[in-house]
Amino acid sequence: MTPPNTAQAGTPAYDIDAIRADFPILGRTMHDKPLAFLDSAASAQKPHQVIDAVSAVYETEYANVHRGLYQISEAVTARYEGTRETIRQFINAAHTHEIIYTRNGTESINLVAYSFGRNFLEEGDEVIITELEHHANIVPWQMLRDEKGIVLKVAPITDDGELIMSAFEELLGPKTKLVAVAHMSNVMGTILPIEDIIRRAHAVGAKVLLDGCQSVTHIPVDVQALGCDFYVFSGHKLYGPSGIGVLYGREELLNAMPPFMGGGDMISSVTFEKSTWAKLPHKFEAGTPAIAQAIGLGAAIDYVNGIGLDAIGAHEADLLNYATQKLSSVEGLRIIGTAPNKASVVSFTLDYAHPHDIATIIDRAGVAVRAGHHCAQPLMARMDVPATVRASIGLYNNRSDIDALVAALGDVQELFG
Amino acid sequence: MSDELRELYQEVILEHGKNPRNFHASDDATNEARGNNPLCGDQLVIYLKLDGDKRVVDASFLGKGCAISMASASMMTELLKGRSQDEAQSLFEAFHDMCTGEDNGHELPDDVEKLQVLSGVREFPTRVKCATLPWHTMVAALQGEDEISTE
Ligand SMILES: Cc1ncc(COP(=O)(O)O)c(C=O)c1O
Repeated sequence: MTPPNTAQAGTPAYDIDAIRADFPILGRTMHDKPLAFLDSAASAQKPHQVIDAVSAVYETEYANVHRGLYQISEAVTARYEGTRETIRQFINAAHTHEIIYTRNGTESINLVAYSFGRNFLEEGDEVIITELEHHANIVPWQMLRDEKGIVLKVAPITDDGELIMSAFEELLGPKTKLVAVAHMSNVMGTILPIEDIIRRAHAVGAKVLLDGCQSVTHIPVDVQALGCDFYVFSGHKLYGPSGIGVLYGREELLNAMPPFMGGGDMISSVTFEKSTWAKLPHKFEAGTPAIAQAIGLGAAIDYVNGIGLDAIGAHEADLLNYATQKLSSVEGLRIIGTAPNKASVVSFTLDYAHPHDIATIIDRAGVAVRAGHHCAQPLMARMDVPATVRASIGLYNNRSDIDALVAALGDVQELFG
Repeated sequence: MSDELRELYQEVILEHGKNPRNFHASDDATNEARGNNPLCGDQLVIYLKLDGDKRVVDASFLGKGCAISMASASMMTELLKGRSQDEAQSLFEAFHDMCTGEDNGHELPDDVEKLQVLSGVREFPTRVKCATLPWHTMVAALQGEDEISTE
């Protein structure tokens, strides 16, 4: 473990050049320009440690898990199950069997909506989300609303992109059964005051689901200290493979919840009259899982731990400051999301060019950003913009990436300004 | 800056993007449809007024979008006036071929040569839909549909 980081702005938190060398893709060009990859919030690049771990599975010990009575199947099962322990430690869950493998954060939320929502929520019960949610944390609850007659309430945010705590409190009541909120906004970078949210939600007897898809890569998470009931994230944003995600749930809740899908691996016994369910975590993991991807996620977490989330957070905070400063001096640029407590994401608009045109133009300068609604259309409406450009920062970004972005915005101005 | 970019963002396009023609709703439209690009959230509404012979006597639009989609919608509404429904449909096909680089034997008539300025999108596969969204929406309106999506 690396010691806690005490780097000040400007002093490097780690040797960024050495880190960049771990990511083979950062060596390539885009349109003959060095690649400035500023879209990690959509999906992060992978270090060779992860790529190698995945290849090694296929090259040396691939077989199905939990089934084979031979050496390589046992070996790959041990690695696959061992990764669950790596994940447990990473978010400090109490038990390894509280870690459920899914395909991604979206599936994790849907699992809770189906298994918890359809069985423990009744007509008139209330679920609270916020205005800044990703569609993945809106649509499953709307589907539940339409099916079960629950009430979906939306806590408002300020123009800066912060949750209005007093308004959130007013929504809480005896009928609130679940509060499902992003830990960090994928559009604005706002970090929500989740300790307060959890305390207040629990005070009225509601459960809390945290969408950690964005926060998990920037902020150390201790689910026991937080006391959240569910925590979800995707492997691919955490420098791991796509196709693997995580649902953490408290043991007693997961035990009470029925399976989400039926099939192989999730049963204890099957007859045509009746089947009985496997114990946690396998109850929720029907069918052959994403074996190499899970092992790759374990390698990604080892990699992140090797640098340390504190050091990563310090490095990214420094770059976010730098980017915010540089971008603020661009004429006609408006930053969307100016909460004091934010991380790693800067969304903006230019008053003379549409985000799509901006993204197309800067792509030709080798700069990869996302432009659009970022799967958060209600938030776009709230902030009164059709779309934004989003530059997001990962552990491997450096000041040259930001400089490339700002310089490329000069091309936009030349054409449109 | 690359030549492809200059080719894409020609002066005419930027000008139409900034000052779109026929940019208003219409009270007496006979046909109207909403077009959505779910990928980017762009939305626009096309209003058409057809006479008894199914000839377009007026065309306008409203919406938010990038320079490409705004310019495309603006130029389209200018060119539609006076054309029959069939002519509008074949114009769409020719325009579509031009943007995608497909050759299905539809050629732009000489009197709409100016649409050629949008042919630069061919080099930008992710932007083709920006140019064609207004046209797809126009066809939907002609066919009596309320809403279409491109993805
Ligand atoms: C806050 C948030 N929630 C949920 C998701 C969904 O993640 P995935 O597409 O990996 O399921 C994302 C990713 O875009 C996100 O940023």
